[in-house]
Amino acid sequence: MRFSKSWPKWVMLAILLIGILLPVLAGLGETTWAAFGILPALGKYSFSLTAWQHLFQLPGLTTSLRLTLVSGFLSTAVALILALFGCAWLHGRSTKHSVLSKLKPFTAPFLVPILAAPHAAVAIGLAFLLAPSGWLARLFSPWLTAWQLPPDWATVQDLWGLSLALGLIIKELPFLWLISLVALKQINVSRQLSLSQSMGYSYASSWYKIIFPQLYPLIRLPVLVVLVYSLSTVDMAQILGPNNPPTLALATMRWFNDANVAMLLPASAAALSLGMLMVVSVFLWEMSIKLIMVITKALTRSGSRGRPWKLATKVLSTALSACLILGLLSLAVLAIWSLTWRWSFPDALPASWSYAYWQNLVTNWPLALLHSITLALGSSALAVVLSIAWLEVQDRYGGHLYRLTFWFIYLPLLVPQIAFLYGLKIGFLRIGLNGGMGAVMWAHLLFVLPYVMLSLVDSWRALDKRYVQVAESLGTSSWGCFWRIKLSLLLQPLLLAWAIGMAVSISQYLPTLMIGAGKIESLTTEAISLASGADRRLVGVYGLLQALVPMLAYGLALLLPRLITLKMRDNHMRELS
Amino acid sequence: MSLELSSLTVITGQNIPLFKPVNLVVSKGEVACVMGPSGVGKSTLLNAIGGHLSPHFNVTGDIVLNGQPLACLPAAERQIGVLFQDPLLFPHLSVGDNLAFGLSPKVGDLKQRRLLIEQALEQAQLCGFYHRNPATLSGGQQSRAALMRALLAEPKALLLDEPFAKLDLELRHTMREFLFTQARQQLIPIVLVTHEPADLAAAKGPLVVLQPT
Repeated sequence: MRFSKSWPKWVMLAILLIGILLPVLAGLGETTWAAFGILPALGKYSFSLTAWQHLFQLPGLTTSLRLTLVSGFLSTAVALILALFGCAWLHGRSTKHSVLSKLKPFTAPFLVPILAAPHAAVAIGLAFLLAPSGWLARLFSPWLTAWQLPPDWATVQDLWGLSLALGLIIKELPFLWLISLVALKQINVSRQLSLSQSMGYSYASSWYKIIFPQLYPLIRLPVLVVLVYSLSTVDMAQILGPNNPPTLALATMRWFNDANVAMLLPASAAALSLGMLMVVSVFLWEMSIKLIMVITKALTRSGSRGRPWKLATKVLSTALSACLILGLLSLAVLAIWSLTWRWSFPDALPASWSYAYWQNLVTNWPLALLHSITLALGSSALAVVLSIAWLEVQDRYGGHLYRLTFWFIYLPLLVPQIAFLYGLKIGFLRIGLNGGMGAVMWAHLLFVLPYVMLSLVDSWRALDKRYVQVAESLGTSSWGCFWRIKLSLLLQPLLLAWAIGMAVSISQYLPTLMIGAGKIESLTTEAISLASGADRRLVGVYGLLQALVPMLAYGLALLLPRLITLKMRDNHMRELS
Repeated sequence: MSLELSSLTVITGQNIPLFKPVNLVVSKGEVACVMGPSGVGKSTLLNAIGGHLSPHFNVTGDIVLNGQPLACLPAAERQIGVLFQDPLLFPHLSVGDNLAFGLSPKVGDLKQRRLLIEQALEQAQLCGFYHRNPATLSGGQQSRAALMRALLAEPKALLLDEPFAKLDLELRHTMREFLFTQARQQLIPIVLVTHEPADLAAAKGPLVVLQPT
């Protein structure tokens, strides 16, 4: 009786279980079997530890581990600190009218391009910028450096993974910044800062002692997502990380792709270790945050007022502006290269320009573009529909299952992609999904859905339920309320969630590569495979295109609702006149 | 020992003064009341005195506390306590830690600090509340804790922005008594923004009525 009444809830739960949780668990399961010697495709059916012995004998394993940890933790910590500083700066009351404080209203337009651009596009742009023959070297040569030829320095793909960390910081900073700004709306920031300052605390220590401890719990999940991503990225590591040995995630992917199929076993063991490394890392990260909180509380009890952090403020504001400028320049240099005909070192700009590559693109639409757009439209639409359906079902039939589903919807972001994608590929093959567009789209959905949900859930919850009650009291059916009240009022957040979904799908590298078995090329896979080649112009085109499609989606999402409002105002004016 | 405002007004970004210039002298232990129609800028006046104005506003006139002009000092250096309508106890700290946040760092010894906080809790009839979560306190209890927090910071003046507005009528009376007794013992000038004639009667201090320009 109860079941029949709330059947949509159980149907939705089943869809999410089978569509999201099952693939991740099955993928992890297959990887685990392979790591312990069971891989029927190779005719291996018995448990063994040889994969692990093999893994530990592989050269460069400890270096890979070190690279992974340094770039992952460093980038997450720095991006978080800069994002928090950015929030404090935006909320601040600077008495001097400096140039920077006049830029405050333009922060969001600066952040959106970097936010929209896929990781690979930012990485390629940054490489084009920082490489010994990159734009920065060209801008300062030969008048300052006297270089006639690119210097023999390892400015990208350095042995410590610092350029990789820089790339990650530049890309993740806008995400953490915007997420924090949204979360801060739940805290009465300005009053609490006034109070704290009235008791003699400096602005900086007020943020540290009062706002940060309240903010962190609200952004914990996105921060952990960034940590896991930074520790397990393959696409950025391929472009900015050192090559030999590479980070653990990239090494794992290379072993998976080794010509010798026997390498699949140690590769699976490596993938599983990466998964365990995430668990340990998340634990370590949370413990460090806990330690910071304990120290903060002890400092709070001591009543020490703190000084204005003048030096720290200077260092942080310089770092923050440098990261934003590097991010925007990275995208700009992609655009320049895509329009270049001849550009020899050390000219600051190309000697001759050409739009031949773009023309070529428009005349014969490459498969990569078509695939990317199809995958992005499909997976983002599915994700938006699923999110709406799930949230509406919660509204109508009660939400006690939300906390449960919450964790498994975000699970694909908290597990390294490589730890379950290979296993998922085997799983898909077993049920006859042979690496076609459908399978790849499903894999994209695993990563698109959590981001869409993350961006939608707060606005959905924040919608004043009294609008619905008013409509119901006027005799509107619950479907009528759903279409004419909820969806109409939430048009802007829905479109934004869709655009975020587009951006996430376009940026997917491993799911396209592994589930598509290398046969489905997308903008991202093309850009990354071309990146190691010689033709920077072609890479520029693909890299920029990768960034342009999501930016177009964001533009649409921001413009459409405004056009609709304008039209309403027009109609109103016409009626008046 | 006094707070002096002379021809003080706040100017908006469009160069319009919010209210007619204010002249006021509040000596120690005295409670001055600020009244006036809604939206005239009473809270803004307090923000100007405390140094909490947003950068769109400018202040003209003088604010002098104990002979020292304040206009150029940041809020953190003015030593002027504030209480808002909402008690705003920091939700991530226990009641006791909220008071510890206020207690001046001049008291360095942790045991001594704890003792002073327990004393303050006792004065506010909050014995045994040190480890309580502020959200579990009643409105009146929260207001008393917020006042003790402000006083432990040893402010040289206190600004009250309708601190009783959200309390019910009976509580308002006891809270007013409590606040005025506690604050007067500190021998500091106090400025109270209010709509209530009863507050004015109890304050027995100078009155400023803000007038729109």
